[in-house]
Amino acid sequence: MNLAQLTLYHQALLFAAALVLFTSFIMLATARIQPLIYAFAWQGTLLAVVTALVALVSDHPHLYISALLTFGLKALLIPWMLHRLALRLNIMHEIEQIAHPSIMLMAGAVLVIFSYYVATPIVHLSTLVTRNTIAVSMAVVLLGMLLMVSRRKAVAQVIGFMSIENGLFFAAVVATYGMPMIVEIGIAFDVLVAMVLFGVFFFQIRASIDSLDVDRLNRLSEKGE
Amino acid sequence: MALNIAYLAVIAALASAAVALGADFRRSGLARIAMFLLLGVSGVAATVAGGWALLENLKLTEQLALGLPWLHWHLRLDALSGFFFAVVGLLLVAVSLYGPAYVRELEGGKQPLAVLGLFTGLFAAGMLLVLLADDAFAFMVAWELMSVSSYFLVTHQHQNAPNRRAGFLYLLMAHVGALAILLGFGVLAGHGGNFTFDAMRAADLPPLWASIAFALAFFGFGMKAGLVPVHAWLPEAHPVAPSHISALMSGVMLKVAIYGFIRVSYDLIGDIQWQWGLAVLIVGTLSALLGVLYTLMQNDLKRLLAYSSVENIGIVFMGLGLSMIFLGTDHPVLGVIGLIAALYHVLNHAVFKGLLFLGAGAVQYRTHERDLERMGGLIHRMPATAALFLIGCVSIAALPPFNGFVSEWLTFQTALQTPKLESGVLRAILPIAAALLALTGALAAAAFVKVYGVAFLGKARERRAGHAREVPAGMLAGMGLLAVLCLVLGILPTTVIGVLENVPRLLLGQVPPSLTAHGWLWLTPVSAEVASYSAPLVLAAIAITFFVGRVLLRRKANPVRRGAPWDCGFGPLNARMQYTAAAFAQPIRRVFGPVWKVQEQVEVTHAEAPVTLVSGIRHQLHISDWSWFKLYEPIGRLVLAGARRIGRLHSGSIRTYLMYSFATLLLLLWIVT
Amino acid sequence: MSAVPEPAVAWLLAAVQTLLFIAAAPLLAGWVKRVKCHMQNRAAPALIQPYRDLAKLFGKDVVMAENASWLFRATPYVVFGAFVLAAAVVPLVAAHLPTAAIADMIVLVGFFALARFFLALAAMDIGTAFGGMGASREMTIASLAEPAMLMAVFTLAMIAATTNLSVVIEHNLHAGLVLRPSLLFALLALAMVAVAETGRIPVDNPATHLELTMIHEAMILEYSARHLALIEWASQIKLMIYAALIANIFWPWGIAEEFTVAALALGTVAISAKLALLAIVLVVWETVMAKMRLFRVPQFLGFAFLLALLGMLTHVILETGA
Repeated sequence: MNLAQLTLYHQALLFAAALVLFTSFIMLATARIQPLIYAFAWQGTLLAVVTALVALVSDHPHLYISALLTFGLKALLIPWMLHRLALRLNIMHEIEQIAHPSIMLMAGAVLVIFSYYVATPIVHLSTLVTRNTIAVSMAVVLLGMLLMVSRRKAVAQVIGFMSIENGLFFAAVVATYGMPMIVEIGIAFDVLVAMVLFGVFFFQIRASIDSLDVDRLNRLSEKGE
Repeated sequence: MALNIAYLAVIAALASAAVALGADFRRSGLARIAMFLLLGVSGVAATVAGGWALLENLKLTEQLALGLPWLHWHLRLDALSGFFFAVVGLLLVAVSLYGPAYVRELEGGKQPLAVLGLFTGLFAAGMLLVLLADDAFAFMVAWELMSVSSYFLVTHQHQNAPNRRAGFLYLLMAHVGALAILLGFGVLAGHGGNFTFDAMRAADLPPLWASIAFALAFFGFGMKAGLVPVHAWLPEAHPVAPSHISALMSGVMLKVAIYGFIRVSYDLIGDIQWQWGLAVLIVGTLSALLGVLYTLMQNDLKRLLAYSSVENIGIVFMGLGLSMIFLGTDHPVLGVIGLIAALYHVLNHAVFKGLLFLGAGAVQYRTHERDLERMGGLIHRMPATAALFLIGCVSIAALPPFNGFVSEWLTFQTALQTPKLESGVLRAILPIAAALLALTGALAAAAFVKVYGVAFLGKARERRAGHAREVPAGMLAGMGLLAVLCLVLGILPTTVIGVLENVPRLLLGQVPPSLTAHGWLWLTPVSAEVASYSAPLVLAAIAITFFVGRVLLRRKANPVRRGAPWDCGFGPLNARMQYTAAAFAQPIRRVFGPVWKVQEQVEVTHAEAPVTLVSGIRHQLHISDWSWFKLYEPIGRLVLAGARRIGRLHSGSIRTYLMYSFATLLLLLWIVT
Repeated sequence: MSAVPEPAVAWLLAAVQTLLFIAAAPLLAGWVKRVKCHMQNRAAPALIQPYRDLAKLFGKDVVMAENASWLFRATPYVVFGAFVLAAAVVPLVAAHLPTAAIADMIVLVGFFALARFFLALAAMDIGTAFGGMGASREMTIASLAEPAMLMAVFTLAMIAATTNLSVVIEHNLHAGLVLRPSLLFALLALAMVAVAETGRIPVDNPATHLELTMIHEAMILEYSARHLALIEWASQIKLMIYAALIANIFWPWGIAEEFTVAALALGTVAISAKLALLAIVLVVWETVMAKMRLFRVPQFLGFAFLLALLGMLTHVILETGA
């Protein structure tokens, strides 16, 4: 495949996909809550751009609606809710100690190669113009999981969870040009509800263990401390 | 004819061993000189024979009426063994120049010189015979001769318990490796019909058996070469031998293991699969990176150099791994470039590591120190040694226009040809390996800034370093030979590669025309469009700027005034205020923390009157290799536990033993029927 | 290749370009300093102040530390020689000059390493704590910067299928408008490495002489007169090399491909404008950033490495496909 032979829109699609991957790494590298939320918002925005570009390149107008929905939900609404939550919990400027930040980033890079390895057979089968981005979407899912595994703060874990959802949506868009509209809207509302629940949950956790550090939940095990 | 010269080399080495027996009698000076003279003859003959075979791409075979009745010794000298023959020969020459003065110190010591000389000769003969062997039996006999005689060299100063321990570890691991090699030959011989290499070459192995043979050979030769994680014996064994032996062990014995690996995988097995290449590349990269990180943390000069051998062997195996990946995916031209990069690094490492070990020996000869923290300022006391050692440091740090750079550059260029590969994952992995090679190179530069800066520059930290004198001319000549080679190999890469190309011509039947297509001035691995490097012009340009600058600036200048360095206004500086070796490596220790097992203790004692005043600080730092705790000790415990189980069978009662025999007999009879 | 010129003319042009490069390096440093002063509301020195400083230093007598050996005296010349050679290799006004074939991008990194090696040794030669401290820090930072730099170089090399600078530039010049995420990542990585390697904020502060924070300055603390002048000049050349590399690889427009007067004039104007703009970007960056702790630098460079790695991966995954 020669990049120069593709249309400019198609090139822009690949470019935006690369940036989505980049935002995942930014989230992995960010220790403070506020930039983490912003990076998440940027990922949502870029995802909306990717979706719109896929709609343009593949001529699937219903994806424009998905793009709008994504932008509204993942670039504006959820980040705003997270932001408000963080303000109310007064954790905006908390810095989380990441054990080995550079190792975490390199592990992320390994995950990208791994998802490329896993995706290669699918890519060979696919004939879609977006097939090269399948590996990237898979990597976004895996990086979201890595984010959840590596963080102790509940808010960061929620962002990791949301980022996994971003990756799944991304995969759906580039691998099959999106899911049926009704499913997409359903998932969007599920995510929203999850967000609301997480918000309530945070207050509950903090009220009961006085911290948002999930490692402290270990105390709930039978062994005790 | 070339084969006869090769025999001369072996016989001269054996003669040197025989003559050495007389070294502890009267007129020992004569024996000492004769022993190194013969070693020198052996070296020259090996260089000539090997160089001849390499240049002319000879393939000489002969059978000697030695060995088993049904399997005479098959010997063979071809371009591959010729190349390694020449490498061994070059180092032997340097050592024979260096040796006579160096061992004078050992004369009349506790250890008999005769033993040292005897095993040095046997060791050299063993290495040369391994290279000549053309059947598995001769190969293993020579291999054992090499291993066992080097064991005695390692334990030469056996009064120290650590030396005995190092020697035992060395012997143990050498034999585990030899066992794997033997099994590998067994697999090959099983399919080939007999133990000659010709039969193995002709055998057509099924892929699974080929992979098993390869895995055994990789493990066995890799153990001898010192690849991570089976490297642990190397930094223990190499430093404790006398320095000229360390130079031989690090410089060429490891290369003999690489020879065995190339011989078995490229020549005897033949059909290379790319998965093997990937395994070799990964192990090589790990060895290079961990090797250099451990190098950085050492404060014992010779131990540091031994760890750096692990690193360089890793770089060689990276080149081999790349070559095998390209060969396995049907890109023979690129495979050849990788192989040449690896061979070039073999030659380079032999030369500069030999030089550095001899340099370390020279320092030890005058200061009786191996600890960097007790040296310093030697550039003032031993200027010639310092200059030669600097050449070694610049070469090993892979800086242009010296030789280390050329082989690393070739390895980079091989790794960068990945777009030609079919598999996308390989295309992504190979550049990462190359980036890790870049990290290795940069860390190696840091390590040798530390070595040179702490040992040779600054002020003397101890009295003995401050009173050192220049070493005798013979030792300087040995080092000088290698230093000149460092420069020559660095600035004439195209000529050297033109000669090296005979090895892939022998093994793979083809060579790319592009490497040397543009004459001696330009090195162009793939084509002139892709990459080019002209070492002679680089040297010329740096030299011209250097001299123009000096002439222009020094012409009218007043003589240089000397003054005290900046001391922050606190009065005279002393040698203890300098950065130490441990301090130099501290930032890197912090950055790569988890790589080592670091035990650090700081005790601060406070003065009595104002409690805030610190009267003394005691800092203890112990850095050890994780492989001990994660790999060797568990295996050791397992073996001990197993031995204890078996030990229970030994009750000591003779009737029990009789019962064992009886039971065995019954069992055998039952099986037979 | 288009319009291969007469060898003699080409070598002559290469020599002229190298001299121009060396001569213009202090000017770039002066421009950076001037823009910075303007941006921070300070009175700015004249544009030619670096030349005056160099001239003053060349005129002075050398004072050397008592313990300094021949290595200390030779180092400024080696360092200067290495950077002059590096400058000869980097295309400034025109591509296709014969000197570009002497060394490719990897060798260029090797030249920097050579200069750094000797500078670090010279720092340890005097036997003070500052020298060792500077050398230790410089080698640590360099050993982390070098893989990031080479990874970025590899990305470029994989796109253009060459490590030869001239050919890379020509490839990018003729590629037309192609959106390559890999190039963006490589650019960011190279810029971060350049900041670290040329000792700018946030990694090192070229203006500081505060003992505990300095890196490069700690190494050259004992140099004076012509030796110091050579080292200062060499680091100005280094800054210019990085700027010219970034400018010409990522925005090659205007570089002369033919050796006509018009093309060369256009090339000169183009590179001047590009360097002036890049300097402004550098100044803005240095003004908004704070210097970071030494042990934050590994993370900074680790991120640079990651960017370069992402460049390579996106090239492999997205741009060439399976």
